Amino acid sequence: MIEIRNLNKRFANKSVLNDVNFTIEQGKTNLVIGQSGSGKSVFLKAVVGLHPVDSGEILYDGRDLTKLKRKELQDLRKEIGMVFQGGALFNSSTVEENVRFPLDMFTKLSKVEKQKRVDFCLEHVNIEKSNHLFPSEISGGMQKRVAIARAIALNPKYLFCDEPNSGLDPKTSIVIDQLIQNLTKEFNITTLVITHDMNSVMEIGENIMFVFQGQNWWVGDRNQIFNTENEELNGFVFASELFQSVRKAKN
Amino acid sequence: MKMLYHIGRFGSLMKKVLARPENHKTLIIQTFKEMDKLALGSIVIIMIIMFFMGAVVTIQTALNLSNPFVSNVIVGFATRDSIILEFSSTVTSVILAGIIGSNIASEIGNMRISEQIDAMDIMGVNSANYVILPKIIALFLMMPFIVIIAMTVGIIGGLASTFTIDQLTLQDYLSGLQLDFSAYRVYYSLIKSSIFALIITMVSSYHGFYVSGGALEVGKAGTRAVIYSIILILMANLFITQLMLT
Ligand SMILES: Nc1ncnc2c1ncn2[C@@H]1O[C@H](COP(=O)(O)OP(=O)(O)OP(=O)(O)O)[C@@H](O)[C@H]1O
Ligand SMILES: [Mg+2]
Repeated sequence: MIEIRNLNKRFANKSVLNDVNFTIEQGKTNLVIGQSGSGKSVFLKAVVGLHPVDSGEILYDGRDLTKLKRKELQDLRKEIGMVFQGGALFNSSTVEENVRFPLDMFTKLSKVEKQKRVDFCLEHVNIEKSNHLFPSEISGGMQKRVAIARAIALNPKYLFCDEPNSGLDPKTSIVIDQLIQNLTKEFNITTLVITHDMNSVMEIGENIMFVFQGQNWWVGDRNQIFNTENEELNGFVFASELFQSVRKAKN
Repeated sequence: MKMLYHIGRFGSLMKKVLARPENHKTLIIQTFKEMDKLALGSIVIIMIIMFFMGAVVTIQTALNLSNPFVSNVIVGFATRDSIILEFSSTVTSVILAGIIGSNIASEIGNMRISEQIDAMDIMGVNSANYVILPKIIALFLMMPFIVIIAMTVGIIGGLASTFTIDQLTLQDYLSGLQLDFSAYRVYYSLIKSSIFALIITMVSSYHGFYVSGGALEVGKAGTRAVIYSIILILMANLFITQLMLT
């Protein structure tokens, strides 16, 4: 569980996060949704410590990330898996080397054991026969899946994904969403997914924070989202006619 | 003011780079990869340039030395010393700054903008150390070999040129090479080029590491890396020469 309390972040004279409070629950897929520019990515980078925050607490099972020393922060990060928006695979390394990277850096496993773990992770994300290809030689959807495999290589307690299905077709998106949800359940991970894809919200949203103007405007699950009275959230969710008609049909 | 900012940031980057590496085996593997990529890739062009430099310096000196009271032996002597003292170290380093500096800055800059560096940081890897240290060690270790090859090829270039002009015989050139030889000058050249190697890799890595934006900024960082490396090499050259030779 990660508790975020009174998080504030500003850039120069522009306030991006205003007193954000959110609890990221273990074993659930927690989502952050909101309009482009509302501060979702800044929020994620603040939570993992890539952006220093101005004030607030970020408690990883009680450990406040903002107060950790450099060494302690490095140790905490070994429990974190992260999937970047662009995949961020190492492009001079093969698929297999990418997934093995954290194992090489932080474990004393033998060559055989590492290979086993790499194969296990790649199998979990349905990547076959591509071990020796380079990131530039596989498709965008495959890159995302390899990035997920790399993120789970060290059995993370916490998994973060920044728009894991942006730029993917609806079918592949659902595959990725379900993959993330299954991993979360199977290994009881504390997972946070940023998205602005309403399909994902309806598919896997168990604990959702809607960010509006840098604030945690609304928190709930995917069923509550349909019946919300919140004006801004309604405007965001039911921007498309498709979802308006879904709501009508449901009621 | 801006310069102070850069010096401070450079210092804190180098502190991270020179920290104890997470994993020594990976450091060794990465260093060998970099040696292959950085040094071996540029050795051929260095050899070509040095061959022609040696030849031209010899011919120029021979043509300008039309005084009958001065022995032609002096041509080989002058060629040898200018190659050992400056061409093999300073000129080679300036060329390497052009080839390797832009290569390093754009490679690291690309890793930065595609979030590969963030990805390492998130895993708890010291990204500066993992990415930059192997490059620094690799060029530092290879530099003496590159310089010795450059010296040898330059002198061979001069030797070859004696066959193309009438003013200088091979015999004179060879005697000139042996005239008043001092090993200290070779050491001086090796020492200063090792320092130039550090300048090239450190300065270029710095410019790549702090790129923000897109492909355009990566290109600009490459250019800046080359310019600053060359300026610092020339300034260091002046300083070291005063320290070691005067
Ligand atoms: N490094 C930075 N320096 C200054 N301002 C920044 C920086 N990063 C983000 N911002 C600002 O913070 C605001 C929120 O940006 P953020 O990237 O979090 O949006 P987002 O919700 O992730 O949008 P999208 O859905 O398009 O990815 C933007 O107005 C942006 O201009
Ligand atoms: Mg974003």
